[in-house]
Amino acid sequence: MSVPLAYYIGLSAILFTIGAMGVLIRRNSIVIFMSVELMLNAANLAFVAFARSYEAISGQIFVFFVMTVAAVEVAVGLALIVAIFHTKQSIDVDQMNSLRG
Amino acid sequence: MTPQLILFFFLATVAVLSALGMLFSANAIYAALFLILNFGTVAIFYLLLSAPFIALAQVTVYAGAIMVLFLFVIMLLGAERTGRAPASWWLQPLALSLGVILLVEALYIVISQRGALPPPGEVTAAYGGPVAIGEVLFRQYLLPFEVTSILLLVAMIGAIVLSRRRT
Repeated sequence: MSVPLAYYIGLSAILFTIGAMGVLIRRNSIVIFMSVELMLNAANLAFVAFARSYEAISGQIFVFFVMTVAAVEVAVGLALIVAIFHTKQSIDVDQMNSLRG
Repeated sequence: MTPQLILFFFLATVAVLSALGMLFSANAIYAALFLILNFGTVAIFYLLLSAPFIALAQVTVYAGAIMVLFLFVIMLLGAERTGRAPASWWLQPLALSLGVILLVEALYIVISQRGALPPPGEVTAAYGGPVAIGEVLFRQYLLPFEVTSILLLVAMIGAIVLSRRRT
């Protein structure tokens, strides 16, 4: 690995920031979900880079678990979005302002 | 500039541009396709970091399963176009400035702590392969692995309950 670890961490920080901005400025709830996936991915990149640097395989195992949790989150989240769409006919987050179904 | 460094900067450019494309594309389908490109690029980063198992899991789980689910739901709902302005005019500039502050903070920490990071070392050829991952996963992390299966079962039941028709 001739690329310094700091470059990978910097790239991970940039991708995480783009994801966080996506959560803040987009109004489409599906795109907000995608931005959350991007943030998880940026964190995974930092995990793998540190695991490579410290030669600790546990970092890669953690990435494996994060991927599982991301899959779970997407399955439940998209089911929620579909249910909300069926009642409100919209997936705009500005419309989701009442707890009543 | 070694070839690996050139490859890193090329891939980093692709990753950042595809992430920005996801952020700014008005059509949700395009956003999903940009995100697939980004995930593929990150998978190549994992290969460069000698994590082949994680790289292939990334391609199959993220770029494959999760993004197909996204595309399926977008097309099912017909919700690809949402060009509406935010409710308050100050939300977008505030979000952009907060994002820039977050980025500057993170990069400042990385640059100032650069000396404390460990230098890149050499690893054995077996590092990161399925054998090495499997041995750690099924010995040291067996309980978390089994708990993961319960989590997946709960998610499956939850998705079925949420999407069944109301009677």
